[in-house]
Amino acid sequence: MTVSEMANELNLETLVRGDQDRLVAGGYAGDLLSWVMARAHEDDAWFTVMGNLNAVAVAVLVNVSCIVLTENATLDDDAAKRAAVEGVFILRSHESTFSLCAKLGNLLQ
Amino acid sequence: MKLHFEVPGDDFTRAGEASGELKRKLKRLGFDPDVVRRAAIAMYEGEINMVIHAGGGVVDVEILPDKITIILTDYGPGIEDVDKAMQEGFSTAPDNIRMLGFGAGMGLPNIKKYTDTLNIKTEVGKGTVLTMTVLTNKQA
Ligand SMILES: Nc1ncnc2c1ncn2[C@@H]1O[C@H](COP(=O)(O)OP(=O)(O)OP(=O)(O)O)[C@@H](O)[C@H]1O
Ligand SMILES: [Mg+2]
Repeated sequence: MTVSEMANELNLETLVRGDQDRLVAGGYAGDLLSWVMARAHEDDAWFTVMGNLNAVAVAVLVNVSCIVLTENATLDDDAAKRAAVEGVFILRSHESTFSLCAKLGNLLQ
Repeated sequence: MKLHFEVPGDDFTRAGEASGELKRKLKRLGFDPDVVRRAAIAMYEGEINMVIHAGGGVVDVEILPDKITIILTDYGPGIEDVDKAMQEGFSTAPDNIRMLGFGAGMGLPNIKKYTDTLNIKTEVGKGTVLTMTVLTNKQA
C-alpha cells in the first residue's frame, strides 16, 4: 500500500506532502524518540503525537514512510518547514493512535 | 575523510543537523544503507545527549572504507555511574525535555546497539568523551 492509499483509507489530512508513491510496509506507534529509533523500521508509518523538529529528525534518520499525527496533535511551524525540505510526508487525524493502528493493521493483512 | 561539527548547547532545534549531514555524506559515498542508518542514529543520540545533559560539545568523524569512527567530546558534568547510565530506562532528563520526546533512557543503549564498539571516558565535573565505531563490512 502507498502512503496516499493509506491516507485515503484512513481519512487523513495532509499537512506536508512527500513522496505519495512511497510504500507503507508496516506501522510503529510511540512518542519517545529514542524508543522509536530503537524499534521502528524503515518504511513504517509512524503514529505519534510528537509534531516537533526532533520528530522530523527522527523520521529522517529511521527513514519511515510518513509521520501520522494522531488525536489532532499540533505540528510546529519549524517542523513543517524542515519536513518539506527533507521530503518527510506528514499526515494528521483526530482519531486515536489505537484506532488508526487497528485500521492500518486490517488494511495491511 | 574527516569531518568536524560544533554542537551548540542552547539550541535544541539545531541538534540533529550534524548527524543529518553525516547521513547525507555517507549515503553519497555509497555506504550500505544499514551502515548509514546505524552511524547516523548513534551520532544523533550522542548529539542530543550533549545538548540535553552537557551544554553542547564537538563531534569529530573519521570515515574510512572499512570503518566509521565518531568521537563526541563535551565539557559538561560528566556521568557519575556509567553502568547505570547504560541501562535501558535510566534517565535524569528534566520534565521540559521529556515533553519534547526525550528522556526514555534509551539513548546510550541505542548507541551500544547500533555501533560495533563504544568507549565512554567520563569524569564528574570535567566532561565526557564518547568514542564509537561502525564497521562498514567493506574491505579496506
Ligand atoms: N554527555 C553526557 N553528559 C552528562 N551526562 C550524560 C551524558 N550522556 C548521558 N548522560 C547521562 O546518562 C543518562 C542516560 O542517557 P541516555 O541517552 O541513555 O538517556 P536520556 O538521554 O536520559 O534519554 P533518551 O536518550 O532516551 O532521550 C542521562 O539521563 C544522563 O544522566
Ligand atoms: Mg539520550
